[in-house]
Amino acid sequence: MFLAELLASSLRMAVPILLTALGAVFTERAGVVNIGLEGMMIAGSFMGALGSYYYGPYFGLLLAMIAGLFMALIHAVNTVTFRVDQIVSGVAINILAYGGCRFLSLAIFKMATTSPRVSGLPKIDIPGLNIGFLKPLVSGVSPVIILALLLVPVSSFIINRTVFGLRLRSVGENPLAADTLGIDVFKMKYAGVLISGALAGLSGAYLALEHTGMYVEGMTQGKGFIALAAMIFGNWEPVGALWASLLFGFSEALSFRVVEGGAIPYQFIKMIPYVLTLAVLTGVVKKSTAPAADGVPYERGLK
Amino acid sequence: MERAVVLKGITKRFPGIVANDGIDLEVKKGEIHAIVGENGAGKSTLMKILAGIYQPDEGEIYIFGKRERITSPGRAIELKIGMVHQHFMLVDRFTVLENIILGAEKRAGITIDEKNSRKMIEELLSLYNFSLDLDARVEEISVGQAQRVEILKVLYRGADILVLDEPTAVLAPQEVKELFVNLRRLKEEGKTIIFISHKLDEVLEIADRITVLRRGRVVGTVMPSEVTKEELARMMVGKPVFMKLEKASVPTGEVLLSVKDLVVKESTGKTVVNGVSFEIRGGEIYGIAGIEGNGQKELAEAILGLRQISSGQVTICGRNAGNLSVREIRDLGVAFIPEDRHRQGLILPMKVWENMVLGFHRKKEFLKGRSLNLKAIRKFAEKKSEEFLVMLSSIEQSIEGLSGGNQQKVILGRELSREPEVIIASQPTRGLDVGAAEFVHKELLKKREEGKAILLISADLEEVLSLSDRVGVIYNGRITAEFKPEEVTLEDIGVYMLGGEVKAGEGA
Ligand SMILES: Nc1ncnc2c1ncn2[C@@H]1O[C@H](COP(=O)(O)OP(=O)(O)OP(=O)(O)O)[C@@H](O)[C@H]1O
Ligand SMILES: [Mg+2]
Repeated sequence: MFLAELLASSLRMAVPILLTALGAVFTERAGVVNIGLEGMMIAGSFMGALGSYYYGPYFGLLLAMIAGLFMALIHAVNTVTFRVDQIVSGVAINILAYGGCRFLSLAIFKMATTSPRVSGLPKIDIPGLNIGFLKPLVSGVSPVIILALLLVPVSSFIINRTVFGLRLRSVGENPLAADTLGIDVFKMKYAGVLISGALAGLSGAYLALEHTGMYVEGMTQGKGFIALAAMIFGNWEPVGALWASLLFGFSEALSFRVVEGGAIPYQFIKMIPYVLTLAVLTGVVKKSTAPAADGVPYERGLK
Repeated sequence: MERAVVLKGITKRFPGIVANDGIDLEVKKGEIHAIVGENGAGKSTLMKILAGIYQPDEGEIYIFGKRERITSPGRAIELKIGMVHQHFMLVDRFTVLENIILGAEKRAGITIDEKNSRKMIEELLSLYNFSLDLDARVEEISVGQAQRVEILKVLYRGADILVLDEPTAVLAPQEVKELFVNLRRLKEEGKTIIFISHKLDEVLEIADRITVLRRGRVVGTVMPSEVTKEELARMMVGKPVFMKLEKASVPTGEVLLSVKDLVVKESTGKTVVNGVSFEIRGGEIYGIAGIEGNGQKELAEAILGLRQISSGQVTICGRNAGNLSVREIRDLGVAFIPEDRHRQGLILPMKVWENMVLGFHRKKEFLKGRSLNLKAIRKFAEKKSEEFLVMLSSIEQSIEGLSGGNQQKVILGRELSREPEVIIASQPTRGLDVGAAEFVHKELLKKREEGKAILLISADLEEVLSLSDRVGVIYNGRITAEFKPEEVTLEDIGVYMLGGEVKAGEGA
């Protein structure tokens, strides 16, 4: 029972990381580094709560994705069209999201750091499996969790099997070659960045609507960055990102459980996911290979 | 006669240089039109304008009689113009198949119709007698194969006008023959071919007409029957070029590079160098002839310490180099001219002067305390650019703005001016014009006279035979035969290069 509950909780913790990591796979395979994902999650969490507060949870999810898209559009205009340094633009977006949400929260909810309680999506029980040991895993599941899990094979299919995916990857590997074949490099890069924004927005909404039932400032807790680590750990592949997200989710779930034990100061326990992120990045990065032109702005006619 | 391409007054300026200066050119439908000219004459630039990569500053383009503005590579493809670039435009991590179909994928819904694509490519393969593993990743295939992939890309798109920018620079003689057979067949099919090469014999053999460029201008268009190689070279350079090399006899010194039973394996476990042994003394040039992809690249990289040695021994200037780092090996006095200057040897976005001292920037003369002595480095770079005749607008330019041949000269300038004891030269004149190639050959011979040991790896048989004191033929990772150049004919070596044996001299 304990194990099943731990697993269920790991999954719940993994989902926001997974959604954003999937988005990161799209943008980075197109050759654009997007550390603004954290900010896009923040925007998603606020807009999700806002939408749900006025028109219900479905509208909240939609609004969150639109917010993520909008922020991603800013990033794409910056980095793809104007070739601004991708890290600088990402940092700017994170700051913008943080400040913007605080401002809007004050203006709309009259509270700087939290929203009122908002409703989430109706939970579902997966029929047929609701027996004994599996119960915590299959009852009262958020539909977003199911959506996120479905998005893994879907993303993998899109990236690895479709024409769109091939072109997206070609742009991240060798944009000049893609360009000489008549592929619209800018369009593909925009597509990658925008998809990542929508998914990060959705991920933020999940945190607000499905996890806590309200928006709280700083509720993303760096999960956008952890998602980037998960993407790298997963070697820029959706399926890899799933395993990595589950690992990070597990470590977070574990840290909650251990706190209840109480022997070790809880600050240390809280560090587990972040220490794990660092360890993973230092240990694994050597073995994984980024797209060859990841992070490099493209301009025609340089060579 | 219908004209496939007419260019009128094409001018293209880059900062500090006019790459094309009012170029007029007419290419007839169904002809093979060669364009020759020195490094930096503007050949690639002109072709890139035709392929939609650059926009001309002035001038008009007519394709099959219709005025066109080729605003993007996509537009060029629509006009059925296909270009094989001097430097490959391939996605290394994709498979051969993916590279060929990219941008012109056959679709089954939203997915790629792999079966049909494969069928169509295989038909092309058999039509043109190419052999290629469609599922190999491009990063794993040889340069010669990569070149075939590029040609297939163009054919797969059904191009009517094919632009080939130095397609033979990376090919072995047999492969060139094959390519020419295919070019002639394409011509019979009514395709128009524009062909750039520095190898004048080839040009005279294949072309119907030849246009010569010099410093961005057309010098003239001639028929191959009307000119000799020497006249052509003279038109290009503007002064006579001597095509014969004077090789002095040099006393040989101590063994400076010795390779014994060297075995190198790929990460996949495949053996790529299989028990190679040779010794090179000071004052000697040891040539390795062979078709691209028979272990030459791995051999050179193993000597340099870039690749793990599985077994065997490499001794450089009397020291066992097996466990040394690349830097330590370089410090023993090893110069390296890599076969692929874009993957090794240069950092493209960096400036000319930075590239000029890369790897040697720790030398005392380039340091001021702990920081770089930029003034000294710049001065050095200026001097070497002049000495090695690098055509550039300024040493502040990034190296990717230089023409292919001039990039090669930067590497040569850097590597040869560092007083090396051992020189590993892989395809050192690939992409160089006749004048520049002559210059490189003279430099290598000069180093030989100074008593250095030189390993010359080249697919250019004439180059190997005219420079080397001894020649080994490499096939499938082994040295299958060793000769003195005067003892052997081009044909014999050709047979060995293809894996055959020459039985002459053996008792029955
Ligand atoms: N993108 C660029 N930026 C600046 N200068 C350039 C650029 N491309 C080419 N040039 C310059 O234009 C001139 C012509 O270059 P181009 O590549 O057309 O020469 P080429 O005839 O093809 O020479 P090679 O035989 O060496 O390939 C050279 O002086 C080169 O430095
Ligand atoms: Mg060129």
